[in-house]
Amino acid sequence: MMADIPGKTNLSIGEIIMLPVRFAMGLIDFPLRWLQRTTGIGGMATFFLLPNMLIFGIFVLLPFFINFAYSMTGGTALFLPDRNFVGMGQYSRLVDCSNYLDPNSCAEDTFWTAVGNTGWFVVLQVTLMIGFSLVTALILNRDLMARSFWRAMFFFPVLLSPVVVGLIWKWILQRQGLLNFGLYGFGFEPYAWLNDRNWSFAATVGVSIWAHMGFYTLILLAGLQAIPKDLYEAAEMDGTRPTRAFLRITLPLLAPNLLVVIVLVLIRAVQIFDEVYVLTGGGPGTSTLYLTQYIYETGFATQLRNPGLAAAASILMGVVLVVLTLLQLGLSRSSEKNGGRK
Amino acid sequence: MSRVAQFLFRRRGGKGWHWTDIVTWVWLVGGLFIMFGPAVWLVGSSFKSPAALAEFPPTILPYVTQKVTVEGFDKPLDLYEVTLPDGVKAKLAEVRRIGVVSQMIDPGNPGEVIKVNISQRSPVREMSFASENYTEPFTHFDFVRYLWNSVFVTVVATLITLVVNSMAAFALSKYEFRGRTVAMLVILATLMVPLSVIMVPLYSIVSALGLFNNLWGVILPTVATPTGVFILRQYMLTIPDELVDAARMDKASEWQIYWRIILPLTAPALAVLAIFSVVWRWNDFLWPLIVLSRKELYTLQVGLSIYSGELNVQWHFILAMTVVTMIPVVLVFIFLQRFITTGIAGTGLK
Repeated sequence: MMADIPGKTNLSIGEIIMLPVRFAMGLIDFPLRWLQRTTGIGGMATFFLLPNMLIFGIFVLLPFFINFAYSMTGGTALFLPDRNFVGMGQYSRLVDCSNYLDPNSCAEDTFWTAVGNTGWFVVLQVTLMIGFSLVTALILNRDLMARSFWRAMFFFPVLLSPVVVGLIWKWILQRQGLLNFGLYGFGFEPYAWLNDRNWSFAATVGVSIWAHMGFYTLILLAGLQAIPKDLYEAAEMDGTRPTRAFLRITLPLLAPNLLVVIVLVLIRAVQIFDEVYVLTGGGPGTSTLYLTQYIYETGFATQLRNPGLAAAASILMGVVLVVLTLLQLGLSRSSEKNGGRK
Repeated sequence: MSRVAQFLFRRRGGKGWHWTDIVTWVWLVGGLFIMFGPAVWLVGSSFKSPAALAEFPPTILPYVTQKVTVEGFDKPLDLYEVTLPDGVKAKLAEVRRIGVVSQMIDPGNPGEVIKVNISQRSPVREMSFASENYTEPFTHFDFVRYLWNSVFVTVVATLITLVVNSMAAFALSKYEFRGRTVAMLVILATLMVPLSVIMVPLYSIVSALGLFNNLWGVILPTVATPTGVFILRQYMLTIPDELVDAARMDKASEWQIYWRIILPLTAPALAVLAIFSVVWRWNDFLWPLIVLSRKELYTLQVGLSIYSGELNVQWHFILAMTVVTMIPVVLVFIFLQRFITTGIAGTGLK
């Protein structure tokens, strides 16, 4: 045992872990002092910004622009220089349909099936997600015991990975699953839900709501808690019925949060992929094939690889997402003007 | 106890049960089953043997048929409760089964073979947790490797995210320079660009850099996250500039100001970002699925999804591996739930 050095306190584990980090940070300090002397403080700003900007530029900005180039080329080659220029060929292939009401008449029929599925998915997600999370937020906003427990309960699935979410529900919806067990008690025969086109689609909608509802509930709850309580007390004094108070006080004051939630759900629903891919794999048939999976399979599945077509489809999807995001920015800005609440 | 009773019977306004009280309780109790039920069922199922998993109707707890070792037989035999022709009930072990007739012996008196119709017997069952569901993937599959890959990706990506994003946030909050607004706008604008839009060109860039089938190819594209820069910058703006000026008077270098003054003061925001980065990276699926095609490089999420497709019959392993995959996130949830549920609503991030 070493004797304690007088005047020196023992280091905690955290400090011991930090020692090499401190050493390394100190070591970098010398060349950086030189940099600071030669370039001045402005140069240091660039130095601090550079790593992030470099990574960001290479892996986000650059691909964003290259994507346009890709969408105008054809073939299966991966490198842009090896690919032949086809102009708007990929786009015209995507919109080449003899009857626009029937996806089967299109050259890229799966693309339009995916667009149709995604459209339905988005509509159902927005209405059901808003409904469920609004009711949950209203309930969690009541004077409940163990409120943080209930709140955490609804939030819990948000943290689960999409793969885990997909596997949990695949396990529950299969023939020997919990759902069939429950229905069996009421005399129903076991049914393979995910092998049925309609039920499979419904399952992707429901599972996605299950997995993400907690997040939107929290946003709405934050909005509800920002509504001054005295408004309700005043309404009660005036003999206002609760339903009326909800329509006249809660909804208008919650509108900004509702708008944020609607747009966030929209954007997320357009990009749906992971949990569906694990849960149904897009099937049976193409009944749960959504846009992102179409892009993934067109771009990367070896048998039908067509990166140009995938890029064109992703740009169309990007346009939709940009419109939705701008919508969100516009709405949140206008709601900030009217009252300053977010 | 009285608090519980008071809580359970609390009503709106105190006069009888208002319909909203009923809705509240139906919703909360229903939520308890729907939100936790699936995960609990998964964990419970992960301890069942393959035979128990294939059973319908399923049992809540894992049961297996009890086995006995009988002298003269190599393998343990299944034990059954049998109603003999004379109405006596006995516990017999099955030797073999031919059609509807089962040849059974009394474990206490193995000499005599008794023939029993299979409708006259039912298995003796005992509760048993199939821990081999958990241990076998560690020896038979590349599970440990997937786990390691996931941990590596998560830890390294989170560390780089924290360093790189905090440096950028420091520059964007404490320095005046030309193009600052442009840099900030560009970063914010890309919040609009989801991975699925730039998937194809990103793939070609990553493979051009030689990072295809490389864990760095999974890590690097994710680390310059705009959300991270944004929340760190917002936090650093609240740190007074006088602190930075005072340090400059004391001849501290800009680098020292960053890591000795600003970083320690930003710790709460760094913690938020660290937690989110861990959850994001641990849960990542689509990008690793594209970049990694060699089995030994799969992350847990990719490995699990590939296995669930390939080994559709091996649910007992898949369930156990899924539970293991859930553990870090559930730990994050347990330790930080209060913090997360209040924090997220405030920042609006995910």
